[in-house]
Amino acid sequence: MITALRKRPELQGWLFAFPAAAFLLVFFLVPFFIVVGYSFAERGTYGGVVWSFNPGNYARVFDPLYFNTFLRSVYIAGATTVICFLLGYPLAYFIAMRSPERRNTLLLALMIPFWTNFLIRTYAWLTLLRTNTGLINVTLLNLGLISEPLPLFGNDFAIILGLVYGWLPDMVLPCFAAITRLDRSLLEAASDLYARGSQVFTRVVWPLTLPGVVAGSILVFIPSLGAFITPALLGGGRSLMIGNVINNQFLAAHDWPFGAALSTGMISIMLVITLIYFRTVREEAS
Amino acid sequence: MATVTSPPTTAPPETLREGVTFPQWDKIKARIGDYLLMLHGLLMYGFLYLPIVILVVFSFNKSKFLSEFTGFSISWYGELLRDQQTIIAVWNSLFVALVSTIISTVIGTLAAIAMERYTFRGKLAMDALLYLPVIIPDIAMAIMLLVFFNLSGIGFTPWELRIAGLRLAVPYSVIIAHVSFNISFVAIIVRARLAGMDRTLEEAAQDLYANPWRTFYRVTLPMMMPGIIAGAFLAFTLSLDDFVITFFTSGAGFNTLTVRVFGLVKKGVTPKINAISTIMLFATLGLVALSRLFQKGGDRSPVELEI
Repeated sequence: MITALRKRPELQGWLFAFPAAAFLLVFFLVPFFIVVGYSFAERGTYGGVVWSFNPGNYARVFDPLYFNTFLRSVYIAGATTVICFLLGYPLAYFIAMRSPERRNTLLLALMIPFWTNFLIRTYAWLTLLRTNTGLINVTLLNLGLISEPLPLFGNDFAIILGLVYGWLPDMVLPCFAAITRLDRSLLEAASDLYARGSQVFTRVVWPLTLPGVVAGSILVFIPSLGAFITPALLGGGRSLMIGNVINNQFLAAHDWPFGAALSTGMISIMLVITLIYFRTVREEAS
Repeated sequence: MATVTSPPTTAPPETLREGVTFPQWDKIKARIGDYLLMLHGLLMYGFLYLPIVILVVFSFNKSKFLSEFTGFSISWYGELLRDQQTIIAVWNSLFVALVSTIISTVIGTLAAIAMERYTFRGKLAMDALLYLPVIIPDIAMAIMLLVFFNLSGIGFTPWELRIAGLRLAVPYSVIIAHVSFNISFVAIIVRARLAGMDRTLEEAAQDLYANPWRTFYRVTLPMMMPGIIAGAFLAFTLSLDDFVITFFTSGAGFNTLTVRVFGLVKKGVTPKINAISTIMLFATLGLVALSRLFQKGGDRSPVELEI
């Protein structure tokens, strides 16, 4: 049998792939299709699930009450992505222009907060931002700089701040990779050809590092859209993003089919973004 | 004397001289740009570190409020040691991380070999299946598994094992969930290592009549080791770090550390949570340092390993 195996590399390949394929089939793909199936089911009288074909859950997604949350999530994730880019690109540029040893130190220093538990990093902001007992407001009030606490907490600002803080390195790293890959001789050629500093940037640096920016934007946008911890802790208890609405449907409202429809919608958006990204990358490569 | 204000005799403009292309103004602008970039970098690192530093500082606060530092005290750490539930949660976290890391490292490494060294029908689908858990946000994966465990009757209640009088809770639902997101991360890392490997050593081993198993065991595996170790460390860290998926897949009464912390934060903010956070922070730093050490140690050629 072993000799038969040795002669058939395809069989060997399957054998190596089998445990992962089986595990992910049972514990990833099947659950995924169950959720898709649930999204067409109906809610039972006691919170259970009654199988049927009921597109009503998707109609409810467009109910202004929920659709606004959807739009708001997209807005929050989009704003997070833009701010991460505005802050992260210059930072990536700064790191890329240092000597190799400096670069490694700076990258490590960038990653250390990133490796810290996300929940803890969010909690850190919670203690700083809270309206009446947060460190920032209390300090400013004590110093007499403000007479009323600033609205730093329980709003979009707090969530976006928390998300930017959480995902900034995800923007910096691909941008940094793209900038370090730049061929320095191209920059020199541009200035030899009398390009001004700004022209070197807009005509050479920017187009060549754009793929890094796009990759970074996807890495920031997707987890921001699916955020759960950040709005739960910094959103002040209100359901400000889809992640929280999904959580409520499953753990509080017990309307699993509707929660499943919301999740399916969220997953679809992400799959579409990822597919478009991989398509464009492949086209550019070929 | 004629009082005609003649224009001062100027040297020919710099740009006309050969070789000198930059007017002074551009140099100044570039210099200002450099300083601004540096200032921005400084502010960004401040932004990244300040909340963490404040978090650590307030874990030593005397009063139970986090808005004013009233004096140094380690009493919150003492309170932590007396908090039985948190200590159990730490053990639970470590147990889940250890078991799920072992399983996902084995499965993920095998998958990486399949993807990098073989061509087989369905490989493209396998590739997609391996990437999906990385792309899908954790809240979606969490409810997928919640629904699955619920519907299949697998359930969430941990198995109770009794080994030598010790009671051990095995939260299989959480372990399965962690394995299912960790396989992909291990596979991606090990695959990258395999792709970057020099295959001439394996060919040399085969030329020297080593059979495929021996070649794998004595050459390929040692060369893969840094990738496998890095993958295992990542899996361990991701497992320890996870909150959302654990929160949805753990049975009532079973807490890992992150679930416990979330519960505490929901109840109220105290320096005790800062103390837990500080310990977790340094534990992560220790893990990262250990992982780097291991990788440096493992990053030798197999020839050196033989000696």
